[in-house]
Amino acid sequence: MRLIIRGGTVVDPVRGRMYPSDILIDGERVAAVEKRVQARGARVLDAKGKLVLPGLFDMHVHLREPGQEYKETVATGTKAAMRGGFTAVAAMPNTAPVTDTPEVIRYVLEKARDAGYARVYPVGAITRGSRGDELSEMGALREAGAVAYSDDGRPVVSAAVMRRAMEYARMLGVPVISHCEDLTLAGGGVMHEGFTSTRLGLRGIPAAAEEVMVARDIILAELTGCHLHIAHVSTAGAVRLIREAKARGVRVTAEVTPHHFTLTEQAVEGFNTLAKVNPPLRTAADVAALREGLADGTIDVIATDHAPHAAHEKEAEFDAAAFGLVGLETAVGLVFTELVATGVLDIPAVAAKMSLNPARILGLPAGVIEPGAVADLTVIDPEATEIVDPASFASKGKNTPFGGYRLTGLPYATVVGGKVYIRDR
Amino acid sequence: MGGKRLPSKHCLGLAALSAKEINEILENAVPMKQVISRDIKKVPALRGKTVVVLFYEPSTRTRVSFELAAKHLSADTVNVSASTSSVVKGESLVDTARTIKALGADLVVLRHPSAGAPHLLARLIDVPVINAGDGMHEHPTQALLDIFTLRERKGTLKGLKVVIIGDILHSRVARSNIWGLTKLGADVHLVAPPTLLPAGIERAGVTVHHRPEEALVDSDVVMVLRLQRERQRQGLIPGVREYARMYGLNAARLALARPDAVVMHPGPINRGVEIADDVADGSRAVITEQVTNGVAVRMSVLYLLTLGRGA
Repeated sequence: MRLIIRGGTVVDPVRGRMYPSDILIDGERVAAVEKRVQARGARVLDAKGKLVLPGLFDMHVHLREPGQEYKETVATGTKAAMRGGFTAVAAMPNTAPVTDTPEVIRYVLEKARDAGYARVYPVGAITRGSRGDELSEMGALREAGAVAYSDDGRPVVSAAVMRRAMEYARMLGVPVISHCEDLTLAGGGVMHEGFTSTRLGLRGIPAAAEEVMVARDIILAELTGCHLHIAHVSTAGAVRLIREAKARGVRVTAEVTPHHFTLTEQAVEGFNTLAKVNPPLRTAADVAALREGLADGTIDVIATDHAPHAAHEKEAEFDAAAFGLVGLETAVGLVFTELVATGVLDIPAVAAKMSLNPARILGLPAGVIEPGAVADLTVIDPEATEIVDPASFASKGKNTPFGGYRLTGLPYATVVGGKVYIRDR
Repeated sequence: MGGKRLPSKHCLGLAALSAKEINEILENAVPMKQVISRDIKKVPALRGKTVVVLFYEPSTRTRVSFELAAKHLSADTVNVSASTSSVVKGESLVDTARTIKALGADLVVLRHPSAGAPHLLARLIDVPVINAGDGMHEHPTQALLDIFTLRERKGTLKGLKVVIIGDILHSRVARSNIWGLTKLGADVHLVAPPTLLPAGIERAGVTVHHRPEEALVDSDVVMVLRLQRERQRQGLIPGVREYARMYGLNAARLALARPDAVVMHPGPINRGVEIADDVADGSRAVITEQVTNGVAVRMSVLYLLTLGRGA
């Protein structure tokens, strides 16, 4: 089975350039990247006026399976990924049971293979049950296919445990992904601490709750030599700490979510539980700092922290509502509308932050389009516009604060191992 | 009994009400107060209407005040409190809202420990909702009765120096008063240690102090807030005794205020902690007037929100 992607603009994040070219795919791999390819009998995908990026990779996704299939399954989550232009996702381990054994890793991988949508790379837990005390069997998790370790959703409270985890992870050559939150400072808060939380009478989570932990983990990464990846950076102070650490040569990388570079705490106004997320939406100054961090390379990755929930978990008192929002099916549109159209990132930089960099961080051979590479590609129509309608999501979770947003620049087709998925428009 | 229907369908907080609406409620509370000073404290204004008083937090005075207000207006009242209803069986507010809707209430009064719970209820049912206190967010009828009491005493709020002392951080009463008082032109000063002040409160157009001596000079009104003893355990204050020494309203501190200054407290009082006995029982305290006015103001809100809605 051969496929030609005809007439598109190929985006190369390695060299930071774009060029018009056809792409020939034979089976699961790229066979040729040439100005004009001919192949008798090949299926042709017209990509005129469209961008062809190496397959987008969302390194922060909650697929909820096993254990919370009412929120999402591996099948619905990976279908949502494909619909959103992602060819691969890294699945966070806060499942039930927690992904702290090789059995759970294998279960998730099997479910992903059966579903046949986007690829899934499981993240193993740092500690057993993500309880923060005993280390998980990190070696066995690695052998089973874990690409990183994280207790995401919870911080590793003990600095000593984090240190030992980093020492072990370094030996195994796998990064530790840290959810940076000092729980004592967060104090059971439900939104950003500031005048808006004061007005709404909601308990606030100060920016310092994140920054104290970012500082601690940078120091531990320096001590251990472990590759530290900071999940969902949300504050200007955290960006500054990461920038300084990188300048010193610490092995630290970082990601930001589309909701954190787009929205502020004001989205919570009216007790809007769809905007309840951890870390919380911050201030306009933080949004500006996150964009600056993306532009200057301090922030390496855009990841969604896709967190599907059932409707009743959001239709509740603000204190009782679940944290998190779905991101897979709005990410590309938000990146193009909020970052590309405004000049924060050029298109090769988008390909770097959504494909090449996450692949490199997790040690995977993806993020480039060249003969011999696996044929994982994302075709984006930079002119296409939609009004976000959560009812159209493939994800079980409809919990987005972006319903009704007008987004321009949307995924058109997603190719995984040569298999094409055309978006439903 | 005059009064036009309010533009707002609900009474969820003073932040959301205009100065005009606040004044409308206060004006209308004047004839209501006349009703409750009569021998027969009843007018037929809400006859045939059902008011559900739904309390998810223990409270006697606010619940009784609302209940009396509704009864004086001849409404039928149904009390539902957390300890007696299916609330303890884990029925959610959303479920309860559906039940209330099905039972055909004409108005719901809600007290709830979570900020925004009345907003959620208001989205789920199509009858007016009165917020009787939600978490740390607002307690609009308490602030309305405080402001009503001040209008009776002082005539106008414009230019009045109002000092609010105490645990502003956790106080929905303080928040509602801040929005209401500033909208009506009062000069609002807050006094608390930094640990009991909410983030960014100076942006509300108030002046923040850490020492009462500094704030009380030439003040017209002193509002004292209740200090929960658990604040010590939470590490927010070094101790109740030290708090009483640094922030308690005693005669010496009150002497800094204007000679005609009045002292208010939303109750219940921790005597000897946030307020000294002799001040609480002194001639400047208007604490019992506040209770009476509470009924009148709540009658006004019930009346204005029900007026002209349905049959």
